[in-house]
Amino acid sequence: MKTEDTISAIATALGTAGVGIIRMSGENSIAIAEKIFDRPLQTAPDRKIIFGHIKNPAGEIVDEVLILIMRAPKSYTRENVVEIQCHGGVEVLREILSLTFKAGARPAERGEFTKRAFLNGRLDLSQAQAVLDVIQAKTATALSVAQNQLAGKTSKKIRAIRTEILNVLAHIEALIDFPEDDIDDAVTSELDAKILAQIDAVKIFLANQRSGRILREGLETAIIGKPNVGKSSLLNFLAETDRAIVTDIPGTTRDSIEEFVNIRGVPLKIIDTAGIRSSDNPVEQIGIERAKDCAGRAELILALFDSSREISAEDLEILRLIEGRSAIILLTKADLTQVIDTARFENFIAISVKTGAGVEKFLDTIAEKAGAVNAEMNFVRDEREADLLRRAVENLEEARATLSKNIGIDFVAIDLRAALELLSELTGESVTEDVINEIFSKFCIGK
Amino acid sequence: MFVADKYDVIVIGAGHAGIEAALAAARLGCKTLLTTLSLENLAMMPCNPSIGGSAKGHLVREVDALGGQMGIVADQTCIQFRTLNTGKGFAVQALRAQADKKIYQSAMKKVCENTANLDLKQLLIENILVEGGKITGVTCETGETFLADAVILASGTYLSGRIIIGESIFDGGPNGQRAATKLSTALKNLGVKLMRFKTGTPARVDARTLDFSKMEIQRGDSGMQNFSFMTDTPANNQVCCYLTYTNARTHEILRKNLHRAPMANGIIEGVGPRYCPSIESKIIRFPDKERHQLFLEPEGLGTNEYYVQGMSTSMPADVQIEFLHTIPGLENAKIMRHGYAIEYDCIDPLQLKPTLEFKTVAGFFSAGQSNGSSGYEEAAAQGIIAGINAAALVKNFPPLILKRSESYIGVLIDDLVTKGTAEPYRMMTSRAEYRLLLRQDNADLRLTPYAIKIGLASAERVEKFNRKLAEINAANKILTETKITPSAEVNQKLAAAGIAEIKNSLPLAELMRRPSVSYAKLRDIFNLPEISAAAAAQVEISFFYEGYIKKQAELADKLDRLENKILPENINYHAIQNLRVEAREKLSEIRPRSIGQAGRISGVSPADISVLVVYLETFS
Repeated sequence: MKTEDTISAIATALGTAGVGIIRMSGENSIAIAEKIFDRPLQTAPDRKIIFGHIKNPAGEIVDEVLILIMRAPKSYTRENVVEIQCHGGVEVLREILSLTFKAGARPAERGEFTKRAFLNGRLDLSQAQAVLDVIQAKTATALSVAQNQLAGKTSKKIRAIRTEILNVLAHIEALIDFPEDDIDDAVTSELDAKILAQIDAVKIFLANQRSGRILREGLETAIIGKPNVGKSSLLNFLAETDRAIVTDIPGTTRDSIEEFVNIRGVPLKIIDTAGIRSSDNPVEQIGIERAKDCAGRAELILALFDSSREISAEDLEILRLIEGRSAIILLTKADLTQVIDTARFENFIAISVKTGAGVEKFLDTIAEKAGAVNAEMNFVRDEREADLLRRAVENLEEARATLSKNIGIDFVAIDLRAALELLSELTGESVTEDVINEIFSKFCIGK
Repeated sequence: MFVADKYDVIVIGAGHAGIEAALAAARLGCKTLLTTLSLENLAMMPCNPSIGGSAKGHLVREVDALGGQMGIVADQTCIQFRTLNTGKGFAVQALRAQADKKIYQSAMKKVCENTANLDLKQLLIENILVEGGKITGVTCETGETFLADAVILASGTYLSGRIIIGESIFDGGPNGQRAATKLSTALKNLGVKLMRFKTGTPARVDARTLDFSKMEIQRGDSGMQNFSFMTDTPANNQVCCYLTYTNARTHEILRKNLHRAPMANGIIEGVGPRYCPSIESKIIRFPDKERHQLFLEPEGLGTNEYYVQGMSTSMPADVQIEFLHTIPGLENAKIMRHGYAIEYDCIDPLQLKPTLEFKTVAGFFSAGQSNGSSGYEEAAAQGIIAGINAAALVKNFPPLILKRSESYIGVLIDDLVTKGTAEPYRMMTSRAEYRLLLRQDNADLRLTPYAIKIGLASAERVEKFNRKLAEINAANKILTETKITPSAEVNQKLAAAGIAEIKNSLPLAELMRRPSVSYAKLRDIFNLPEISAAAAAQVEISFFYEGYIKKQAELADKLDRLENKILPENINYHAIQNLRVEAREKLSEIRPRSIGQAGRISGVSPADISVLVVYLETFS
């Protein structure tokens, strides 16, 4: 329970709208927003839209946004609430969210806004049970995540890092608590090298954050093309390739317009499948706008062109749309008479889901485009984990700084312990007991 | 039933816990009875002849800050003083002193005998009287019954004590004392859950048979080295300790005889402490270590007995003699007392409230080794709290529950009553979350206000404390408010005192943040008021380490908010459906006092805590 913290989360469904909202709640939410905004907010009026820009620490503009401040107690949670309305792109939302973390907010737990609303007397008794259920569900979710094999690998590596830090801390603590015992001195340069090694190890996790997210959430993939180009057939083909379709994953509140398929170990999240299906319906013609919207938020675009027809104005529009993007061009219906002028396309795969022509090449290309994603690597599962790891790195860096100041190893212990607490939140272990056990197993104590 | 007398508070056992408990209760105006198996052995130190050390020294300072006796008597009677961890930060520096056991005992006995409201009696307590879930008194071996509103169990290692020296095993307490066997049964009959613990002690050897020239000498530190905030005299160093080491030959003898070690052959059932292993278990657990250190420590000025610190053992007598003779300086050592192991009953401390009162028997308290702790200092710390809270019950004032963020005593008691213990519990600084706040030097600032409020601080202590506080506040104010400018004159004066020159005008407090700038230096340059060394030290620490201290204080503040969310005593955890089953069981057993305490119970998850918070806000 940390009700005094300021929490932050993306409040809108990821990538399904043109506008996205990041919501913060807590005493410091206005001050935090001000740190990343280019206009003063502490003095700004309540419940008025404020226009401005979100900037990163380098001073670069991240996005043009609207900010809405709702001061306590007149807000959903009865705490200070700030809403940042930005452009709905996934990357922008994620970047702004992580800026709020760096500025002092922490990731909201599942159901936490509601919980706070409740705790602050905003909800009535009948809603209490619902909140309790959400809190309870969190443990169930955490459990299922823990049982995941990939997650197991991650934890194992984090545990190894934690153990290394624990060793360093136990050594320091043994020297403090048993000063008259026969324990080797802690050599500054050795301690520093050991801490640095663990900083590097944690950083590898953070560097692989994207891969981790892809493995967890799927690579956002758009299938675009004019009506009747074969989008629906491709979707069905992909779905058949991976018999185990996940239709809803925990943690997302999206509706059924997404489907998940696993291609060569890379999970793809096909977005706007409803659009794909309806656009193949000749009665309901879907315009280029929908394709644009869909492509705008995808990380991978599968652009389909009908090889049995001439290039149309719509096709040219789509070609412009995928310029400079991560895209795979598929010339569909390879089993029919080829009419299209292939010179128009730089890299393409001629494919027929009926005969299977080009399918292998297509699947290989997807895996290739997804980049160096592989289940063997270390990655973080979500923003909460990334935040914990980032803060652990900060504490470890501080430990090194304290070490260099030479003011006493007990001060170094403070920073190491803080880092250990954060890592222990990931592994669910207890710090104090572990340090004490480590002291007694490693050092012969007993003056 | 022969009712001999009626008391407000009866304390069973006059060791370090019992004495502090009885003194606190009596000083708070309770008619108090302190009982002991032997009036010769009041405040006995059956183990090492020393007080303090890392974390333990902190505890003594805290007991003193609360108005306790251990620090004052230790200052008067100890014969060597050393500050440990001087190369480390000030928060972990700790005082350790060698005691003269006999002088310490007689000084403590004198204090007890001359305290108003306090009776001392040599009695063996055999039964605890309870009516309707409430304590009513005790009965003795000799047949008398004493009635009481509160009873404090401080029976140390005497409950069903069993002494083991190799194949020689007999019932008894430490140092040839009797054991209290019937009291164990009485506790069981009350439904109290008992555990079996073990501890050990080394041999005592005759100084005339030792060759100190083969050992390293360890002298005391000079200067002001006091446990008590009331003591103003410099350390009285009259003796030295000596360091020597075991060797391959010693280890060979021990290994050869391991089959005769009671801990190896199954004779000992109790759980021993990991921080104080016997020499034989050191050999087993760390086979690669080539030598182990041993300290020879005098037991007092009036005796030739030396304590062989580090060789705690329960090996048979012949093995003890044989292996001691392999050690440099001990080749001809004559053993005066054998090392032995002692097994004893103690209560499972999870049965206690943070006030140290049993949850199931109103007015019945327990403190010290009978709670599964170890050490004189840990005992004294629990003793004074049990004494205060027994008085609180009798006199009807609020109990004293110290927080983890304000004292080692708080950490100690919270650990015992929340997590329990699987071995004799020893205090360590690493058990405290906010070590930087819990320093030896500020124990009075942390705890003396409680002593004043409760009425345990003597008039002299109150006066001394208030003067120190006023000095600190005045100095802080002047340092913060006095601005100096970088004039030639100022910089010249600074240079003369070895302080780097300033370039901009700044408050004096800013200078205090620089290394090696003391209050005394600034006082001389800028004519600041004269204050005591203790007050100056507080001022220096608070400015120089301000950033670190502030950071920990903020974290501690967060922790305290959860401590302040009190859980109702009658809460039915089994009825809270959203708690996991394990959490329901643990919470029902321990019945935590606050959300903060609940969060420290093993088997209670953060999600369970959220559920509890919601429950608390909604349904209570």
